[in-house]
Amino acid sequence: MTAIKARESAADPSGPTPRPELPRLGWRGGLRYLWTQLTSMRTALILLFALALAAIPGSLVPQRRISPVRVSDFINEHPTLGPIYDKIGMFSVYSSPWFSAIYLLLFVSLVGCIIPRVGVYAKAIRARPPKTPRNLVRLPAYAHTDIADGDHDVLDRAAVALRRRHYRVDVYSDSVAAERGYLREAGNLVFHISLVILLIGVAIGALFGFRGTSVVIVGQGFSNNLTQYDDFSAGGRFTEADLAPFSVTVKDFDVKFETGPVQRGAARLFRANVEVTERPGAVPREEVLQVNKPLHIGGTTVHLIGHGYAPKVTVKDAQGNVAFSGPIVMLPQDSNFTSLGTIKAPDARPERLAFEALFLPTAVLDDQGPHSIFPDALNPALFANVWYGPPKVETGKPENVYSLDSAGLSQLKQTDGQPVRIALKVGDGVNLPDGKGSIQLDGWVRWVKLQIGDTPGVPISLIALGFAVAGLCLSLFVRPRRVWIRVRDGEPGHRVLEVGGLDRADARAGLTDDVAELAAQLSRRPEEVSTT
Amino acid sequence: MRYEYYSNLALVSSVVVYVLAMFAHAAEWAAARRTGQTEPATTRELVGVGAADMRSEPVEGRDHVSVETPPISSPRVEQFGRMGVALTIIGFLLSVTGVLLRALAAQRAPWGNMFEFTITAMVFIVGVYLIMLWRTGIRWLGLPVTLLAAVGNGLAVTVFYVAVAPLVPALHSVWFLIHIVAAAISGAAFNVGGVMSILYLIKRRAEDRGAVRGYLERLPSSRKIDLIAYRFLAFAFPLWTFTVVAGAIWAEYAWGRYWGWDPKETWALVTWVIYAGYLHARSTAGWRGTRAAVIAIIGLASFWFNFIGINLLVSGLHSYAGI
Repeated sequence: MTAIKARESAADPSGPTPRPELPRLGWRGGLRYLWTQLTSMRTALILLFALALAAIPGSLVPQRRISPVRVSDFINEHPTLGPIYDKIGMFSVYSSPWFSAIYLLLFVSLVGCIIPRVGVYAKAIRARPPKTPRNLVRLPAYAHTDIADGDHDVLDRAAVALRRRHYRVDVYSDSVAAERGYLREAGNLVFHISLVILLIGVAIGALFGFRGTSVVIVGQGFSNNLTQYDDFSAGGRFTEADLAPFSVTVKDFDVKFETGPVQRGAARLFRANVEVTERPGAVPREEVLQVNKPLHIGGTTVHLIGHGYAPKVTVKDAQGNVAFSGPIVMLPQDSNFTSLGTIKAPDARPERLAFEALFLPTAVLDDQGPHSIFPDALNPALFANVWYGPPKVETGKPENVYSLDSAGLSQLKQTDGQPVRIALKVGDGVNLPDGKGSIQLDGWVRWVKLQIGDTPGVPISLIALGFAVAGLCLSLFVRPRRVWIRVRDGEPGHRVLEVGGLDRADARAGLTDDVAELAAQLSRRPEEVSTT
Repeated sequence: MRYEYYSNLALVSSVVVYVLAMFAHAAEWAAARRTGQTEPATTRELVGVGAADMRSEPVEGRDHVSVETPPISSPRVEQFGRMGVALTIIGFLLSVTGVLLRALAAQRAPWGNMFEFTITAMVFIVGVYLIMLWRTGIRWLGLPVTLLAAVGNGLAVTVFYVAVAPLVPALHSVWFLIHIVAAAISGAAFNVGGVMSILYLIKRRAEDRGAVRGYLERLPSSRKIDLIAYRFLAFAFPLWTFTVVAGAIWAEYAWGRYWGWDPKETWALVTWVIYAGYLHARSTAGWRGTRAAVIAIIGLASFWFNFIGINLLVSGLHSYAGI
């Protein structure tokens, strides 16, 4: 995109010379025309703004990848708008065709501009300063001073002075031409090339990387294979064999919340002590897993990204046999960890049992119904509705462990027709009406949500970004300048030293001063003091 | 607890003093108008400001600065102006004190929430203005900067205020310091640059109409304002790039992904893209000047929306306002 920049830039004295050749007819001419349009600065600007605009809806409309629940809520709340949004990709803006089109076009435009410019720069890097123009007075900055007739080495001193100021200098018989600031364009090119490499890094990560999460109950473990993931997404080039065969056991998990008056309930500490086994049979090692301190196991990183409660319950059926016993992972619904889940006892006989349950770490029962008022387990309680039905044929179909499919089940009701509601504290048990069985809250444990992933392109992107920032600084802070100095005959017995300067970036200050200072400096001969 | 009390006292006082400074500058301009100044705007060469300053480059042509035209003839105007500067310095010291005491009260870097971020950014904004005032004498920036500082600190102590509290675990990281300081400094520069772009548009319009009067008369030429605005934004842009990069690195540590299209991240990118557009526009024929200035102002609006709108209206991982 910046090739045109040079062409259109009025600051560039080499000037906008419109190319006389017109696009030829036919498809080749058409293509060339399209290419010129695409790589023009104006198109790049428009694409930049289109990108900024297109990114906005994704921050205001819920996104499926970030919060699928809020997306389905949105669709339910907006029956007309929801499906339209869905169709045009508003719920997955950043992978939608229109968003992709904009940034791909932008990058094509970028590449189309860098390539010719690299060529131009490769020539310019060895270029000498332009020859001294005939008329220095016409330059934006100009100063002149009289010098002594016998001062023959003034141009040599000028060359030294300019070289000391990091100019590239050519000395002619009656003048000196100097230029500096070649790094500006280099920085510019480095920056834009880095952006392309950044995109490549991101693409590598998207193709070869994977990321998934797994909920692990404290005391239990995770071993890295696909069956253990709760959700998993991977790039097209990823294969299951890429998963390193490690396992992680969560031994305990510390969590602390603010109990003071300010920000009460805000998290203050999450820390899991884990045991990592790199591969089956290897010696396990102890590690601490914290927010901001992920585990690195080979090339895979393990992050701690969430936690919650798993009440331990025991369900007995009508015959008095234990139909279910153990911790049940429940999903937090709010910042006070009001947690929702289902307890299923498909093996209960003669009728299977299921419970829609609410676990409250600090339970309060008031007009709003049961809810939790603090995220830590200060007064844990379990509230549940009961469902029962004939045994189901084992189909082997996976079902959602967090929600209850009430098909084939009926809700257990009291004699007055109200649903049976169970409220249990730790250690409490209750017999279900009609001798359907019993349920007991044995205690609770915490669970942690681990995110396991590998994004191979990250180092490439990171290095590219380092170069991008460095290049950007060069391209913005290096200010190219040209200076010419000429000696010509003035009044008899005198000669005139002329200094002219030109800035090639419009943000440079002090050109006039520099030129004047240079003139003043050169007019003073070192030995002048002694001769007068 | 005492530290927190005195921190709040200092910050509230700073708001009052900034408002007074703003009145003094307003009086300065009003007085200048009444004296019917018709002399041309000061034509001093503004050198080595902006980006160059902040990299502490030697100021070139300093002696030239001393040959400026005398600023203004009326002693009343001068008196009000000096008063404004003096009040600004007092306000600045109070605001620095407020931030330092806040840090002492919290026993950590004072950048944990929106309130703390705002008071820190205001210190940077006024600090930069005072440095520029000292090096190049741009007192014409006094009115908008004191207005900005009064509004910023005013919002902080009234709307954004939260009492001292420890940080949530996600903020326990060195990137917390790096990311947020870079954001505060580049934010300060975006703000000053944005204010200048607004001044540029006003001055440019007056110049085009040939009706440069009062306050506008004492501003430098629109071309010069544009140049200074550019220097601020050219300084802020790489730093903002770095802010976003540092944020991405931190996100990789904290959340296991370097980019997740969180609303804050999205708007940081939108802001970045708009300012990238500004820099490109400035070197495109037909986009320089007014259009570029408008883009810079849109960029500033996007920055503010990202800061206030996203923090308060949209829920995301960066919802750290704590209000």
